[in-house]
Amino acid sequence: MALEVYHGTMIFLEHRKNRLRNASIQLIGEGRRLADMLSVELSGAILGKGLDAMAEEAIQYGLDRVYLVEHELLRDYAPRPYAKALAELVRKRKPEALLFGATMNGREVAGRLHAYIHTGLAADCTAFGVTNDGYIEMIRPAFGGKSLAHILCKKTKPQMASARPNVFPVPDKDPDRKGKIVRESAQLTEDDVDTRCLETIEREEEAEILSKAEIIISGGYGLKKRENFELLDELAELLHGVVGASRKVVDIGWFPRERQIGQTGKTVRPRLYLAIGISGAVQHLAGMEQSEKIVAINSDPSSSIFEVADYGIVGNMFEVLPEMIKQLKEMKGGGSQSSS
Amino acid sequence: MESGPKVQPPSNGLKIAVCLKQVPKGEHLEIDPVKKTLVREGVESEMNPADKNAVELALQLRDEHGGEIIALSMGPPTFTRSLEMAIGMGVDRAILLSDRALAGSDTTPTSYALAETITKFGKTNLILCGEETSDSSTGHVGPGIAGHLDIPQITYVVDAEVENGKVTAKRAVEFGFEIWEAKMPALLTVKFGCNRPREPTLSRKIKAKRGNVIQVWSASVAGLDKSKLGLEGSPTVVSDIETVELPSRKGEIYSEDVKESVSKLLDQLKEKGFIRG
Repeated sequence: MALEVYHGTMIFLEHRKNRLRNASIQLIGEGRRLADMLSVELSGAILGKGLDAMAEEAIQYGLDRVYLVEHELLRDYAPRPYAKALAELVRKRKPEALLFGATMNGREVAGRLHAYIHTGLAADCTAFGVTNDGYIEMIRPAFGGKSLAHILCKKTKPQMASARPNVFPVPDKDPDRKGKIVRESAQLTEDDVDTRCLETIEREEEAEILSKAEIIISGGYGLKKRENFELLDELAELLHGVVGASRKVVDIGWFPRERQIGQTGKTVRPRLYLAIGISGAVQHLAGMEQSEKIVAINSDPSSSIFEVADYGIVGNMFEVLPEMIKQLKEMKGGGSQSSS
Repeated sequence: MESGPKVQPPSNGLKIAVCLKQVPKGEHLEIDPVKKTLVREGVESEMNPADKNAVELALQLRDEHGGEIIALSMGPPTFTRSLEMAIGMGVDRAILLSDRALAGSDTTPTSYALAETITKFGKTNLILCGEETSDSSTGHVGPGIAGHLDIPQITYVVDAEVENGKVTAKRAVEFGFEIWEAKMPALLTVKFGCNRPREPTLSRKIKAKRGNVIQVWSASVAGLDKSKLGLEGSPTVVSDIETVELPSRKGEIYSEDVKESVSKLLDQLKEKGFIRG
C-alpha cells in the first residue's frame, strides 16, 4: 500500500439551508492549525447543488482549496449518495486526514464511509495533535469521560475522525483570503438514493437555545423536585439566561432532553454557567467545563463541581436561590420597594 | 455449545436483527493501566442503555407485524447476560459472536463482523442498533454495518413504522425531527430514551437458559475472515490514555451566612458584567 501518496488534510463541509454549519466552520479553524503543523494543504469537500458562495466562505475561514461536488442527486442530503460521492473523491484526491463535525449527519456519513473505504475512524474527538512522525493524534474522551484516549491510525489512510461540535472556536474570517475551487464529479444513479427525507419538523429554537445562550442556569438532582426548577426559571429571567439540566434530571423526566448538558447531551461554552444542585460527574463536566465562568451552588462542599467553579456557594439551595432572586430584584430595581 | 448458523427464516412477518453490547454500569468504569482497555472482569455490567430502546422498538414492530427477532452481540462469554435480558424482554433467540480473534476490535472490524454475521441469518428485513454505546460513544458501528452491507440507513430514530416493504422512521436531529423513508432491508440506529423498554419476565428469562435459544458462534462459524478482525484488523490503535485532570479554577467558595454569600457572589457577577438592568 502506497500510503505516502496520501497528502493534505480534508474537511467535510456540512451545510444546511445554504449556510455552512457551525461544526464545519469550527473544524476549519482546527484543521488549519493541524495543516500548518504538518506543512500541508487544507482542503474542504462540499457536496450538493449551488455551492459556490459557501465554498468561497469556507476559504475565507481558512481553507486553501475546496472540492466542489455538484450533482442533482446530492441536492438533498442522504447518507448513501453522500458517502459514495465522498468515497469517490477520497480515492481520487487521497487526503491523509479527513475530518467531520460529529453532528448527527457528520457521524452517520463518516461511519458509513469508513466501511466503504476500509480505514480507521476516531469518533467525537475533542482535541487533535500531530506526532513526531507526522500522524494525526486523535484525542477523545473515553470510558465515560474519565480519561482521554489518544488514537492513531497508522495502517490505513485517510486517518478519519469526527470532532465534537462547539469544542473548537469559530476562526476569524479573512475576506481577502484566496483559495482554489476545484469542481469534481460524482458517479451516482437514482438507485444510490436509497433513503428519502419526506418531512422536516423544525424545532430550531428549542434545539439551539442552549448553544446560543450566553448565560446558562443548569439544574441537577439536588433540586429534589421538578417544581423547584421554577426557581431556576425565575433566575434565568433575571439574568437573561436559559435553563439547562443534568442527565439524571432528564432521565427521570423533569426536563426535556433537548436541554440536557453533558457527554450524552449538549456541549456548551457560555460566558457564564451556573450549576445548581449538580454534583459534577465527569460526564456533566465534559459538556460544560469550557464555559468562561462557572458558578456552583450546592449543599455538599465535597461535590466535584466546586473544583471547576470560579465562584461557589455552599449552602441549602432552597435558602440560597430565593435570596439570590431577592437580591437580584433589588439590584435591578435600584431599591427594594421601587417597583410600581 | 457451539452450533452452526441454522436460523430458519420466518414464514411471514418481519425478521429483525438487533445488535447489542454489554457495557459497564454507569460509574463502574475502570481502565487497565497496562492494556489501556476497559477493565471488564468483576465489574457490574448491563445492556447498553440505547440498545434496550432498540430491543423495545423491535418488539413493538414484531408485536404489530409478527415475525422473529434475533439479538446479536459480540464479546466474551459473559455477554450472554445481556442476551438473556433481551430474551427476557421478548426477543426470540440470540447469537453471541465470541472469539479471541475478535478481541481489541475497533469500529472497522466490529462493523464488518456484525454485518457479515447478520448475512448468515438469511433474509433479514431490519437491523436495529442503539445510537451509540455508553462505554465507547462512537455511534459509528451502526452506519458501518449499513456501509458494509450497502443497505439503507436511518440513524437517531425515535419511532418507526413498517408498511409495504418500506420503513418510515422519525429521526431526531439537532434542529428538530425528520421523517425518512427507506426500502427494506434497512438499518436503523435507535435514540436513547425514545421509548420505555419493557421489563424482562421471569418465564422468558427461564426460556433463555434452555439450549439453543442463545447460540455462541465463533468467527469461523460466522464465516469471518480472521485477518480482518481484532487488533490486527483494526486500523486504529490507542496510543495513550491520560487521566483527566479536572481543571482547577481555584474558585472563591462562599459558605458563610446565606445573605452574605449571595451578596458576594452577585457582586462578582455584576463586576464581570453578567448582570444587566
